[in-house]
Amino acid sequence: MDFADSPAEAEFRARLRAWLVDNNPGLPPSSTDDAYWRGQAAWHQALYDAGFFGLSWPVSVGGRGLPTVYDAILDEELADAGAPPRPSLGYLVHGLLAHAGDDVQRRFLPGLVSGRDRWCQGFSEPDAGSDLASLRTRADRDGDDYVITGHKVWTSYSDDADWCLVLARTDHDAPKHKGISAFALRMGQPGVERRPLKMINGITKEFGEVTFDGARVPAADMIGAPGDGWALAMTVVGHEREPGELGYVARYRKLVKDLTAVVTASPSSFTGEQLRSLGWAMVEADMLRHHVSRRLSDRLDGISHGPEGSVDKLLMTWTEQAVGHAALAVGGAAHDGGDDTWLKVYLYSRAQSVMGGTSQIQRNLVARRILELPQP
Amino acid sequence: MDVRFSAEQAALRDSVVQVVDRFGPKAVPQLDDAERAAKLDAAVDAAGWRELRTADEGGRPWASGVEAAIVAEELARGVADVAFVGPTLAAELRRLCGSSTASAGARETVGLTSDLGAPGVDIAVDAAGAASALGLDGGDVVELSVGGPLPPVDLTRPCTAVTRGQVIGALAHDDTTRWTALGLALACADLVGTMRGAVELSRLYAQERRQYGVAVGSFQAVQHLLADAYVSMEGSRSVALHAAWAVDALPPADALAAASTAKAYCSRAARAVCETAIQVHGGIGNTWDCLAHVFLRRALLSIDLLGGEGPSLTLVLAHRGVRDGLR
Repeated sequence: MDFADSPAEAEFRARLRAWLVDNNPGLPPSSTDDAYWRGQAAWHQALYDAGFFGLSWPVSVGGRGLPTVYDAILDEELADAGAPPRPSLGYLVHGLLAHAGDDVQRRFLPGLVSGRDRWCQGFSEPDAGSDLASLRTRADRDGDDYVITGHKVWTSYSDDADWCLVLARTDHDAPKHKGISAFALRMGQPGVERRPLKMINGITKEFGEVTFDGARVPAADMIGAPGDGWALAMTVVGHEREPGELGYVARYRKLVKDLTAVVTASPSSFTGEQLRSLGWAMVEADMLRHHVSRRLSDRLDGISHGPEGSVDKLLMTWTEQAVGHAALAVGGAAHDGGDDTWLKVYLYSRAQSVMGGTSQIQRNLVARRILELPQP
Repeated sequence: MDVRFSAEQAALRDSVVQVVDRFGPKAVPQLDDAERAAKLDAAVDAAGWRELRTADEGGRPWASGVEAAIVAEELARGVADVAFVGPTLAAELRRLCGSSTASAGARETVGLTSDLGAPGVDIAVDAAGAASALGLDGGDVVELSVGGPLPPVDLTRPCTAVTRGQVIGALAHDDTTRWTALGLALACADLVGTMRGAVELSRLYAQERRQYGVAVGSFQAVQHLLADAYVSMEGSRSVALHAAWAVDALPPADALAAASTAKAYCSRAARAVCETAIQVHGGIGNTWDCLAHVFLRRALLSIDLLGGEGPSLTLVLAHRGVRDGLR
C-alpha cells in the first residue's frame, strides 16, 4: 500500500505543475460567478491540448490511456496551483463508452473529450426527478429520424451545450424502465427551446431547462439499441456519483486553501467556533482525497462500478457541505456590501445532496445493495 | 500510487481475522471466560504481532505503520480482549530511544497522562498481562510499574494505576512527533475496526428483529441510520489508512498532520456509529448482555487515546498555520 508517486507519476506531476505556472486562467471559484462558466470551455480545451485531460480514458477517443490514479494527481495539483477543477464530464464519456456502438463513439467522443463540443444531459423532468424512469419525453419515429417532444429540467450547462444526451420514451407499451432510449441530440435546431434557471446563489450559466417541441434526431444518433436508455442512464448516474470521476477533490481542496488564507491573513479576528468549522472542512476535504485515492487504486485492474458509488456520493456531499459551512463561518454573510463569494459557495453547497441522486436515494441504495437490508 | 494491500498485507489481515474468529469474544458473557482470553493472548504472542515495531539490526521497525494498523483494525472488529496497541507503542518508544527490549517474556505497555490525551506517566492503558509500562515525561522515557486496575471504560482493554520508576532514555522532538503519529494512527485503525464490528452487529440484528410483522431493517428510518453509519466507517477507513501509511513515509510533522486529520474524523464518526448501534438494538441495546456497548466503550477509549476531536482539530489547524485556533 503506497500513497506516494511512482517515478512515472512523479514525472507527470512535475510536468503538470510546471505547465500550471503559466496556464492558470485564474477563474473565480466555480459556481459562484457566471464568469466561471464563460471561461470553462477555454480551460477545458487548454487542459486537453496540453495532454492533461481525459487521463484515464482510452486513447482511441482522445484520452491518455493512463492508470486511474493519475486523476488523483491531477486534482491535487490543480488545487495546489489555485487552478479551476477539471471539467466534470466523465459520466457522459463512460456512458457512451459502455453503451454506444463504435460508429457513435467515433463520431461523438473525441469532440466531447477535447471540449470542442459542449454537452448537457437531458434526464430529469418536472415530474421525473428521483423517479427518473417515469419520464414522459417521447421520441416518435418519422422516416430516418425520431421526433422529440417533452420537457427536461435541472439540466446542467444546457444554455451552452451543442449536444444533449437525451432520454426519451420510444415504447409506450413496455414497462416504464424498458421503453426508454437514449439519443445524441443537436441543441441548435428549431424545436429546442432553452431557458436558464437562476440558482439560489444567483448564477445563471450552470442550470437550465429545455423544452423539445418537434426537435429531430437521426435514428443513427441513438445511443445503443431501442430500450437501452435505462441501462445507459444507470451507468451515467453511477459515474456522476463519484468524486474521482467528477474531480471535485480539486474544488474542495482549493476552497479550503483559499479560506485558510483568509484566516491566516488576520488570525485574531476569528473566533474558535469559526476556526473549528474551517478545521472540519480541512479534515473532510483530506478524507475525500484519500478516499478517492483508495477508490481509484481499487480500479487499477479495470473499471467496475457498483453500489459503492452511493457511499462515495454521500462522502462527497458531506465534504462539500462541510466546506460550505466553513465558507459561511469564515467568509460571513457579506453584509455591508462586501464580497459575497463565500456566501455563494455556501448556498451552492446545498445542491450537492440533491444533484446526481439525492442523499436519501443514496442511503436507500447503501441499505439495500450493500447492507442487504430487506425492501420496505 | 497504489493504495491496495500488498499480498503480504492481505495475508496478515487474513491471519488476524482467523485468530479473532477463533478466540475472540462472540458474546458479552464470554468476556469472563479467562481460558478463552488466554488462548487469544497466546495466539497473538505466537504470531509476534506485538513485536512489529521492535527494532531490527539497523534500528528500524520490522514492519510499517500499515501492518500494525491492519492488526489493530481486525482485532477491534472482533472486540478482541487482548493487548496490542499499548505494547506496540511501548515497543516503538524503546526502539526510538535506542533501548533494548524489556526483560524477556515480561510484557510492557504504554503510559499516558490521566486523561489519556498525551504521553505521560500517570496511567497504563491496554494493560492486560502487562508487568510494566513505559511512559514519556518531557523528553524522558520512564519505566513504570503497573498497579491495580482502574474502573473499566473499555471492557476489552483495562487501564491500571502506575508507580514511577527510572528514566531509561530520552526522545528527540522529531521522534516524539513520529511516535505520536503512530499512536494516533493505531487508535484510528482501532476505531475503524470497532465501527466495522458495530455496523455488522447492527445490520444482522436489523435483518432479524421483527416488529409490526416485518424486519425492523426494512424501515427506511432504520436503513438510513445504518447507511450513514456504514458510510462514516468507509470514510474513516480511507483517512485512517493514509495516516497509517504516513507514519513511516512522510516527514514527522506531516505524519502527525495526517494522523490528527484521521483522528478528528474517526473520533467523531466512531461515537456516532456506536451510538447508532445501540439505537438500532432498541431496548436490548441498553442491556449489559448486548455487545453494542462493548463496541461503544472500546471506541470511547480509542477516542481519548492521545486526544479526540478537539485536540486533533487544533493540530490540523496548526499544521496549516492557524495557531491557537480553538481557544
